[in-house]
Amino acid sequence: MTATSDMQTTTAAAPTGDRATSGGGEPVLEIKDFSVVYRTGGGDVHAVEKVDLALHPGEVVGLAGESGSGKSTLAYGACRLLRPPALITGGSVVYRGRRLSGPVEILGRHPEELRELRWREIAIVFQSAMNALNPVLRVRDQLLDVVEAHLDLSKDEAAERIASLLDLVSIPRARLKSYPHELSGGMRQRVMIAMALATDPEVVIMDEPTTALDVVVQRDILAQIVELKDELGFAVLFITHDLSLLLELANRVAVMYAGRLVETGTSDEMHHEAAHPYTKGLLNSFPSLRGPRRDLAGIPGSPPDLRGLPPGCPFLTRCAYGAEACSRVDMRLSPVSSSPDPAHVTACPFVLPATPEKTLASPSEPPAGAR
Amino acid sequence: MSAAGAGVTPAVVDSPAASRGPLAMEAISLCKDFRLGRGSVLSAVKDVSFNLYRSAVVALVGESGSGKSTVAKLLAGQERLTSGTIRLDGHEVDVKGRHAFRRYKSEVQYVFQDPFSSLNPVHTVRYHLTRPVRLHQPHKTAAELDRELVRVIEQVRLTPAQQFLAKYPHELSGGQRQRVAVARALAAGPSVLLADEPVSMLDVSIRLELLNVLDTLRKDFQLALLYITHDIASARYFADEVLVMYAGSVVERGPAEELTQAPAHPYTQLLVSSSPDPDDLGSMLRHGGKGSTRQVGESAAMLQGCRFHPRCPFAEERCRRESPPLLAVSPSRAAACWRLDVTAPAVVARAREGGEGETTS
Ligand SMILES: Nc1ncnc2c1ncn2[C@@H]1O[C@H](COP(=O)(O)OP(=O)(O)OP(=O)(O)O)[C@@H](O)[C@H]1O
Ligand SMILES: Nc1ncnc2c1ncn2[C@@H]1O[C@H](COP(=O)(O)OP(=O)(O)O)[C@@H](O)[C@H]1O
Ligand code: SF4
Ligand code: SF4
Ligand SMILES: [Mg+2]
Ligand SMILES: [Mg+2]
Repeated sequence: MTATSDMQTTTAAAPTGDRATSGGGEPVLEIKDFSVVYRTGGGDVHAVEKVDLALHPGEVVGLAGESGSGKSTLAYGACRLLRPPALITGGSVVYRGRRLSGPVEILGRHPEELRELRWREIAIVFQSAMNALNPVLRVRDQLLDVVEAHLDLSKDEAAERIASLLDLVSIPRARLKSYPHELSGGMRQRVMIAMALATDPEVVIMDEPTTALDVVVQRDILAQIVELKDELGFAVLFITHDLSLLLELANRVAVMYAGRLVETGTSDEMHHEAAHPYTKGLLNSFPSLRGPRRDLAGIPGSPPDLRGLPPGCPFLTRCAYGAEACSRVDMRLSPVSSSPDPAHVTACPFVLPATPEKTLASPSEPPAGAR
Repeated sequence: MSAAGAGVTPAVVDSPAASRGPLAMEAISLCKDFRLGRGSVLSAVKDVSFNLYRSAVVALVGESGSGKSTVAKLLAGQERLTSGTIRLDGHEVDVKGRHAFRRYKSEVQYVFQDPFSSLNPVHTVRYHLTRPVRLHQPHKTAAELDRELVRVIEQVRLTPAQQFLAKYPHELSGGQRQRVAVARALAAGPSVLLADEPVSMLDVSIRLELLNVLDTLRKDFQLALLYITHDIASARYFADEVLVMYAGSVVERGPAEELTQAPAHPYTQLLVSSSPDPDDLGSMLRHGGKGSTRQVGESAAMLQGCRFHPRCPFAEERCRRESPPLLAVSPSRAAACWRLDVTAPAVVARAREGGEGETTS
């Protein structure tokens, strides 16, 4: 076993650990050392590189990172939903559902076996949810299809179930008769959320499910998902580029950059004690509604080409703290030295939560506080 | 001035966008009804009026399903008006005149809300951009065309350009696709850009970058921009004027900074108070927090009286009977609410003072 996964298992192996941060017990979904490439003519795109991520029952884990960082590839890859040219090049994904007799190694299963597992046990709201609906079927029929295929309900029960699912996402029941094109973008997203929750799954993966929703509706729906989650005990992997949303919603947050996780910690740690310069950048880049208008820092530059990353830290070209030593960083996640929580980990060996903003390091010397 | 206060003066509004450039497009009392079957009709857009000016940004914000996209589709000629008038450069738009309408279509470009459906999966980025570039500037040599394509794709910061031109939609991440959609709209050289949630699927840093790109294009090409978003914070930074929609109607409008800092309509107030605050990123959701704001959504479009009344903490008898028109609060601000004296006393008082003395900034 690699050093990386050793470190991750410290929380998993300690059932008495902090429930707020780990959910306790064994993870329901455990991704280890997972890598995916896209085989393209121009070379392999390393979209996910050696990622470890664990999801405990009843926990909301947020996966944040900018466009193209590999979030969707990680989530779909872990469920074996990618088609060529995507290729899983390594790792393991173990699923432990309460309804199953034992753990399942998803990467080792036959595609046929996985199909049932995916709806009943692991439900996914796709990023393209807005048009993942079948355009020629009414909303009611699409929801009924899912419910009837996977749950053993009478006609009346099934009808009641889908009606209450629509209530959950605040869509009037009269809309059951609508076709997808008659719904607004946000409504279509909400129907997809309802569909994912329809089968009472153990793990719900949501890929940018609320990008088309205003904050009022978004909060309403997310609050209800959290409520439902507390009641039914499923776990949520919530993917978004909106870190502010994750800080409110998630128990733990993992930040992804260029196919790797660069920092993981509790929401509070990520909010107040962010260690990695990229996380700090994300926190500085959203416009505020209240208070004085400020200049938005953003993160200058653009993500690197994932086909031929130079050795070392992939954030180097955009990092205000970057130094020569950074090209030798091995990208292993290690505990943030100033944090009491060993599960708060970062891939940057030089910058700490307390490192003053945007201090430019001298070329050969890493900033003070290097571990 | 008599405009101040929640009086009965109909709202005659000086758009803060007018100072930026000449009038480009007028939307006058736009209405759109959809039949929902069994005789029920949804008025998705109800009496919406506003102007777009060159070099200025007007933001349309509002709840999911409130009618924003429908307004844009009406302006783009993709949906038929139930009633109302659209004028471009002073001329009424006639959808039947084929030739004129084609020109109209290239003058008025629409960036779709959903980048996943707007790009054809069997064609490369180059293909998607070539058509509008050709239509816009027909006599281009192969080399010129290529240079133009590179310029267009670089405008939305997709580099290296040649590499992105060769890609198929499925090879792009969601954010990258959205930028292609923006590039395609720009390639036609429009004077009016209707951008429907152009950045909501993009992550924050790229969102900023793209808004900056749009802002530069607005200045360079004197674009009149309608910026549709559910993110009122980005409207604050990006727009000159903000219009807030609720259940098909504009419930409040005004200069972006004023409106977001001192919202007058109870719905705008709810929207503003629900927005995440970077200085106080709470744990509202994780710890239960705020009571559910349970939306009534489009059923509201069929309500008697003020469409917001079931959710409004200020609702009284009159609100359930009569629907409030947009009432002028100041020369540049208006809100559709009977009780502005109670919901936004400071705004009303300031407008009164402003009306008597110098206009407040
Ligand atoms: N089929 C494919 N062939 C080649 N490259 C691909 C393919 N699919 C995705 N990629 C590349 O893989 C990287 C990660 O893509 P992915 O869609 O997983 O990102 P993401 O984080 O989900 O982005 P977004 O938030 O925009 O959806 C990107 O650089 C993308 O261009
Ligand atoms: N073709 C259609 N048929 C019936 N209803 C429609 C149609 N298009 C839109 N609507 C309804 O009009 C309202 C406004 O939709 P839309 O403009 O897409 O909202 P949004 O503000 O989210 O963009 C919604 O209630 C939607 O369901
Ligand atoms: S300081 Fe160096 S190692 Fe740390 S994030 Fe910046 S470039 Fe990467
Ligand atoms: S008119 Fe009445 S119900 Fe409507 S927003 Fe104003 S106070 Fe609320
Ligand atoms: Mg994605
Ligand atoms: Mg819309």
